[in-house]
Amino acid sequence: MGFENLFLGFQVALSPFNIFIAVVGIALGTIIGVLPGLGGANGVAILLPLTFTMPPTSAIILLTSIYWGALFGGAITSVLFNIPGEPWSVATTFDGYPMAKQGQGGQALTAAFTSSFVGAWFSIVLITFFAPVLAEIALKFGPPEFFAIQLLTFSSFVGLGGGNPLKSLVSILFGFMLASVGLDIVTGQLRLTFGFVDLMKGFNFIVAVIGLFGVGEILLSVEEGLRFQGARAGMNTRVVLDTWKILPRYYRTFVRGSFIGFWMGFKPGGATPASFMSYAFAKRFSRHPERFGKGEIEGIVAPETAAHSAGVAAMLPMITLGIPGSPTAAVMLGGLIIWGLQPGPMLFKEQPEFVWGLIASMYTGNVIGVLMVLACVPFFAAILRIPFAILTPVIVVVCAIGAYAVNNAMIDVWYMLIFGVVGYVFKKLDYPLAPLVLALVLGDLAENALRQSLIMSQGSLGIFFTRPIAAVITALAIFFFVLPLVTPWWRTRRGAAATAATPRGH
Amino acid sequence: MRAAELTTAFVLFGLAGLVVADALRLGIGWSTDGPASGFFPFWLGVAAMAACVAIAAQALRRGDHGTFLTRAQAAPVLKVLVPAAGLVVATQVIGLYVASAVYIGLYMRWIGRHAWWLVLVLGAGMPLVTFLIFERWFLVPLPKGPLEAWLGY
Repeated sequence: MGFENLFLGFQVALSPFNIFIAVVGIALGTIIGVLPGLGGANGVAILLPLTFTMPPTSAIILLTSIYWGALFGGAITSVLFNIPGEPWSVATTFDGYPMAKQGQGGQALTAAFTSSFVGAWFSIVLITFFAPVLAEIALKFGPPEFFAIQLLTFSSFVGLGGGNPLKSLVSILFGFMLASVGLDIVTGQLRLTFGFVDLMKGFNFIVAVIGLFGVGEILLSVEEGLRFQGARAGMNTRVVLDTWKILPRYYRTFVRGSFIGFWMGFKPGGATPASFMSYAFAKRFSRHPERFGKGEIEGIVAPETAAHSAGVAAMLPMITLGIPGSPTAAVMLGGLIIWGLQPGPMLFKEQPEFVWGLIASMYTGNVIGVLMVLACVPFFAAILRIPFAILTPVIVVVCAIGAYAVNNAMIDVWYMLIFGVVGYVFKKLDYPLAPLVLALVLGDLAENALRQSLIMSQGSLGIFFTRPIAAVITALAIFFFVLPLVTPWWRTRRGAAATAATPRGH
Repeated sequence: MRAAELTTAFVLFGLAGLVVADALRLGIGWSTDGPASGFFPFWLGVAAMAACVAIAAQALRRGDHGTFLTRAQAAPVLKVLVPAAGLVVATQVIGLYVASAVYIGLYMRWIGRHAWWLVLVLGAGMPLVTFLIFERWFLVPLPKGPLEAWLGY
C-alpha cells in the first residue's frame, strides 16, 4: 500500500460535497447519541434509505459520520446526567458525572471529546498502515480465545476494580444470569421464565442501564435534598484551552487506552469491554486510585480513548473481511451491498477510491466532529443550570421513553423502575453496577463461546490451556481473579498494613 | 446497615437459588450435541449463592455501623420515586404523552413552585416535542391512550 492511495482518498473525502455530508452526519449523529434509546446502529439504520441515491463514497461518509457523532454524543449525557447514551459510555459516567456535580462539567466534556478524538485518530492511523496484517491475526481467534478474552475482562473487575471483590463477583454473576433469561437459541428451550410470558424476551441491557444508572442515580443524589449539587458551572470557551493544558499529563493513559481499544475493537461488542478495561487499568496504575469515581479527569480519559479506538477498529474487519465488528458496522455492511459493492478483501483492489475515500474520511470526519462538539461545550454545560423541579421530571420521562423504545414494550418501563430501585440499593451497599451491565451485554456471546469451545474439546476445560493464545489470556485472567486473595497475604509478608481501607469502587 | 447488607445477601441468595432450581430442571450436564441449557446458569447460580453466603459472613463479622437510610433522607427519595412510579402507572393507562404532561406539570408546581405559565408551557411543550421527534421524524411509536385515539393516532 502506498501513500498515493491515501492521497487519492483525501481528494475524495475533501471534496466540498463530502465535507458538507460529514457535517450533516455528525450533527445528526450527535443528536442520536444524546437521545437515550436511539444509538449508532438504529440511527444509521433509520437514515440508510436516504443514501440509496447518493454515490457510494458519499453514502458511506454520511453513515460513518453519524457513527462518529453518536460516539461523541454518548459522552454528553453520561457526563451531565449520569445517563449513558451508549453502552460504551457507561464507564465515562464514573468520573464524568461527579465532575459535573462539582461544577466541572465543561472540563469533563472537553476531556471526553479530546480523548475520543485521540483514540479514534490512533486507530485510524493503525487501520491505514496495518489493515491487512491485523485482519489476518483476528481471523485466528476461535471460540476458546474469545471466551478467554471475556474471562480476562471480568477478572479485571474482580482483581483490579477496588472495593469488595465478592460484591464485584456477585454483580457479574447476576448480570450473566439476567442475560440467560428467555429463549436459549442453541437448544430452543425457555430458561428462567418460570411460566411468565413477559420474561420470554429476556432483559435488554439498555433498559437495565437506564434504570440502574439513570433512575438509581437520581434517587441517590436527592438524599441530601431535592436539588442537583454543583450545577453552577463557570462556563466559557477558555475551559477548553485550560483543560487541554492538563491533558498531556495523562499521555500514558491515552496510549494504553488506545491500544486496549484497538485490540478489543475487532471483535463484536469490543468498545464496551475496552472502555471498562481501560478504566480499570488506569485506576490500577494511577498514583491516586482513591480519587477515581469521585471526579478524576483520568477516569474520563481512559474509557473514552479506549471506546473510540475500539469503535474505529470495529470498521477494520468490515472493510478487509466483510465481517462487521459492531452492530453499527453490520448495518453499514448492509448498505454496502445495497449500493452494489462486494464487501471483503477484493474491495481494496476493485474499489480503491471507495476504500481509501472511506479511510481518509475517518480522519476528516473525526477532526470535523471534535471541533463541532467542542464548540458546543458551553451550550451542553448550560443544560445543568435548569432548575431541579424541571430537569428531574424531564429526565425521568426521557428515561421512560428510552426504555420503551428499545422493544416497544411497556414491560420494559416497569423493568426500568425496578432496576432503578435495585441500582439505588446496590450503590448504597457498594455493589458495583458496571460489571452487572457488562455481563448482561456480553452474556449470550460469552455463553456461546464457552459452549462452542466445550463442543470443540468434547467437554474438556483443557481447551483453554492447550491453545497458545487462549492459554496466555486464561492464565492472566486467573491471575486477576486470585489477586484479591493473594494481595493481603503478600502485604502481611512484606509487613505492610493489610487492613488498608479499600476505596469505594465501581 | 448490617440489616440491609444481610437482607440484600439473603434476597440475592434466594434469586440465585431459583436460577439453580430451574437449571436443574433444564439439565446441567451434556446433552446430545453439547452442554445442556442449564449448564451455564447452574454454575453461575452456585457461584452466586456461595458469594452471597461469604458476603453475609463478612457483614456479620464486621459489626453494625451506620444507618442504611435515615428518615430525613427517605423523604426526598420517596418524593422522586413515588411520582416516577405514578408516571409509569399513568403511562400504562392513558399513554405516555398525556401522562408525561401531567407528571411534569404537577412536579414543577408541587416541588419547584414554578409559575403557572411556565408549568403550562413546559408541561405541554415537552410531550409535543417528544411527539415530533419520536413519532414523526424517527417513526418510533410511543404508548398512546384515549386522547391520541380521539385525535386519530
